[in-house]
Amino acid sequence: MLKEKRIFNKKLVIAGLIIFIGVITFPFWFNHAKVVAPPEVKLTEKAKEAKECVLPDKVKMRGNHMQLLDMWRDTVVRDGNRKYIGTNGKEYEMSLSNTCLDCHSNKADFCDKCHEYASVNPYCWDCHIDNPKETKNNETQ
Amino acid sequence: MNINYLASLIAVIVLFLLVYVGVEAAGLRYFFGVLLPYLAVIIFIIGFVKKIVGWAKTPVPFRIPTTCGQQETLSWIKPAKIDNPTTGSGVFVRMLLEILCFRSLFRNTKMELREGDKLSYEWEKWLWLFALAFHYSFLTVLLRHLRFFLEPVPGCVKFLESIDGFLQIGLPGIMISGIILLAALLFLLLRRILIPQIKYISLASDYFPLFLIIGIAITGILMRYFTRVDIAGIKELTIGLVTFHPTVPDGGIGGLFYVHLFFVSVLIAYFPFSKLMHLGGIFMSPTRNLTTDTRATRHINPWNYDVKVHTYEEYEEEFREKMIGAGLPVEKES
Repeated sequence: MLKEKRIFNKKLVIAGLIIFIGVITFPFWFNHAKVVAPPEVKLTEKAKEAKECVLPDKVKMRGNHMQLLDMWRDTVVRDGNRKYIGTNGKEYEMSLSNTCLDCHSNKADFCDKCHEYASVNPYCWDCHIDNPKETKNNETQ
Repeated sequence: MNINYLASLIAVIVLFLLVYVGVEAAGLRYFFGVLLPYLAVIIFIIGFVKKIVGWAKTPVPFRIPTTCGQQETLSWIKPAKIDNPTTGSGVFVRMLLEILCFRSLFRNTKMELREGDKLSYEWEKWLWLFALAFHYSFLTVLLRHLRFFLEPVPGCVKFLESIDGFLQIGLPGIMISGIILLAALLFLLLRRILIPQIKYISLASDYFPLFLIIGIAITGILMRYFTRVDIAGIKELTIGLVTFHPTVPDGGIGGLFYVHLFFVSVLIAYFPFSKLMHLGGIFMSPTRNLTTDTRATRHINPWNYDVKVHTYEEYEEEFREKMIGAGLPVEKES
């Protein structure tokens, strides 16, 4: 048998290993070990005044708002029903533009903060926000 | 019932209970969220390098490439340059196609007796198809997860995500790769359980990674589409890990996330010691990465020792006088 163990094709093997480790540790050196602050959303005065949102608590809102919006969309488009009774018993109009964005009119400091942080690109904004607000008029059309 | 898959399934369930109870009851969030992932990455890198270096130190006594075509020979016979590569570039193309397209698996055949004792061979393409689907969807899922580990998130990751979710079904939108991943995994698992011959040769080490990856996929899908988690809180933890400023955000990220993270930690820590090392092993396979120029260049066995030879010249030198005395012909007279 071989007296001493040597690495065959040493250059190739070492080069391959260095490339592999470089690739799998990519997230470590890409961020330069900098401190990434978690996003801080700003509430508008109106939102602060209202104190409560359509869902009871913040955690639930953070996790479930998109599913609520999806449900709203289906209910409005398919059934023409715009009434939503919140868990607090209050009645809301199911409308992203008129209800959500009425209080949270600061998209850049509110919606986008977390969306950008978590790389979520909802297509809600394709139609909403910049366009004229929904009115009773184009609801009946 | 089969002890091999039962043991693997129980192992995964025990791991699940371990982390779920550990986080939800004992509150070991820092242990499961920070310490174990770091430990797993360290084990993965050291284990991977050691395994590769160990393989690289293993001598190949003979040229043993598998040939799948005509070797280079007389100029008027067409050689199969990729399937029987005599040059380095041929080997490169062969390896590339093997790694990206699983060509040798594509050639997979199934042998069975039909109509009693009639031997038949059939091209078995399903394993190749689902293996390909599994590997590529897993890669896509892996790359998509970069959004939790990079800040700012590069455009290519967002682009991949938009392609993956282009069906725009539901909110959060369905990712095609997740569904294909789970479907392919179930095929690979059922194949081992339902086909008797394959069940016979399957070991616990075959089932365990399957159950573990199925566990990872299911917990991920549950979190994304069903139980819901606070994604910003999760990124706070994951980006903290890769920037070496680990933090454990409180609330919002439930036990299911820690199960997901723990399963991934177990998978990457287990990786270097398992069959999953075919990731590195494919590059080190002498049946694939050697040239087939065996008739043109001599392959010397690395463990050949220096043989002590006694040439005819030395022999004659030793016995010249006796040879001359006995009347034997010699090449040199003195």
